[in-house]
Amino acid sequence: MKVSMTVNGKPASAEVEARTLLVEYLREHLRLTGTHVGCDTTQCGACTVHINGDAVKSCTIFAVQCEGANVLTIEGLAKDGKLHPMQESFKENHGLQCGFCTPGMVMAGIDIRRRHKNPTEETVRHELEGNICRCTGYHNIVKAILTAKM
Amino acid sequence: MYQFEYHRATSVEDALAKLKKASDGKLVAGGMTLIPTMKQRLAQPSDLIDLGGLKDLRGIKVEGGKVVIGAMTRHFDVANSADVKKAIPALAVLAGGIGDPMVRYRGTIGGSIANSDPSADYPAAVLGLGATIKTNKREIAADSYFKGLFETALEAGEMITAVSFPVAKRAGYMKFPQPASRYAMVGVFVADTGSGIRVGVTGAGPCAFRAKDIEAALAKSFTPDAAGTVKIASKGLNSDIHGSAEYRAHLVSVMAKRAVAQALGG
Ligand SMILES: Cc1cc2nc3c(=O)[nH]c(=O)nc-3n(C[C@H](O)[C@H](O)[C@H](O)COP(=O)(O)OP(=O)(O)OC[C@H]3O[C@@H](n4cnc5c(N)ncnc54)[C@H](O)[C@@H]3O)c2cc1C
Ligand code: FES
Ligand code: FES
Repeated sequence: MKVSMTVNGKPASAEVEARTLLVEYLREHLRLTGTHVGCDTTQCGACTVHINGDAVKSCTIFAVQCEGANVLTIEGLAKDGKLHPMQESFKENHGLQCGFCTPGMVMAGIDIRRRHKNPTEETVRHELEGNICRCTGYHNIVKAILTAKM
Repeated sequence: MYQFEYHRATSVEDALAKLKKASDGKLVAGGMTLIPTMKQRLAQPSDLIDLGGLKDLRGIKVEGGKVVIGAMTRHFDVANSADVKKAIPALAVLAGGIGDPMVRYRGTIGGSIANSDPSADYPAAVLGLGATIKTNKREIAADSYFKGLFETALEAGEMITAVSFPVAKRAGYMKFPQPASRYAMVGVFVADTGSGIRVGVTGAGPCAFRAKDIEAALAKSFTPDAAGTVKIASKGLNSDIHGSAEYRAHLVSVMAKRAVAQALGG
């Protein structure tokens, strides 16, 4: 099937099998390998991208379901060589160790701060329900999301 | 994942026609249950009919003492709806506690109720509030909807279009989340409705059910303790690595007690 969408501001279209997951399309067809696959069960959130502004697990939506959609991945955040404030905050706060969960954490973090302008630590911890990190113990991730200048 | 044919539905009629034509077709709403199942090869539909474009099935209306929620309305929308928060705050609390933010951006009320997972949250509210399930051919009362493990009154080729919840005088929902998945180990929805007290329980049995003993106790005295002191029989309840049937039976009373406290504004 043919599918067309906007990815990080640029039009992208390709011929895909119906069963191609959005994350497979991003990684294997568009070579945008910043979006990670950490589980096969829709639980870890490493694959989080924004679809029309909503944070979604790209391993649990088919590429063909994103026809006409506006998709934003971790690669689309930095502008003119400048990191997005959420990326900057992860860097400042040492919000990562191995980095595997990080793209999903950053995308989820941006979504959290859009919905909660001045969240409490408790809110951020609740909102991270769908993002798993096996390294950091979350502490600095939470700090990065709380203090990002956005 | 197995191969399938993908179709976009343009209307309810179109979706049903495409479903009928397929050899073993399935509707896909938010995909938050169906796609993981397909990834594990536990489901192998020949065709998927995507309801994602059906705008008419999305939205919330409050009219004539009822909150009517379109089948394709996402958990996110219910959780954040000012109308739902005002009319039935416990329903907004319930929707906001489903899974995680990313699941709530995709998962729908229609998909949840059609699927009838034994530990899904919405079924407790459907029974607790005495909702009506509206389909393309009829209206099904909550009390005759849940039939067993993943089994409902829906027939082949029948589609949920909306769910209508009568506004209660007061209501509360409390769940004990399974620590890993956050599905309900046990969830209890308590409502003081126009036609008496109703208590819907999810997570404890093969499908949602009403706790009539707790209803009777609350009819006499709508207090947390009245609910909390009712002993629930463990016979026939779910038992797994997360909790025995006895444990779940105990949790029903405890969650009911907390749900009443929430209904009373505590
Ligand atoms: C990580 C994770 C955590 C979750 N946690 C929870 C939780 O805590 N509590 C909870 O309740 N749920 C939870 N869920 C499930 C979630 O709520 C799903 O959204 C819901 O169960 C199914 O809705 P859906 O729209 O995604 O349906 P889909 O997956 O698209 O469909 C599910 C089934 O319903 C059928 N169907 C869909 N729409 C209709 C319709 N209108 N008429 C007839 N049949 C229809 C489909 O054919 C399919 O068989 C979780 C899911 C995930 C992935
Ligand atoms: S890879 Fe998508 S949730 Fe884990
Ligand atoms: S930094 Fe390693 S998984 Fe989060």
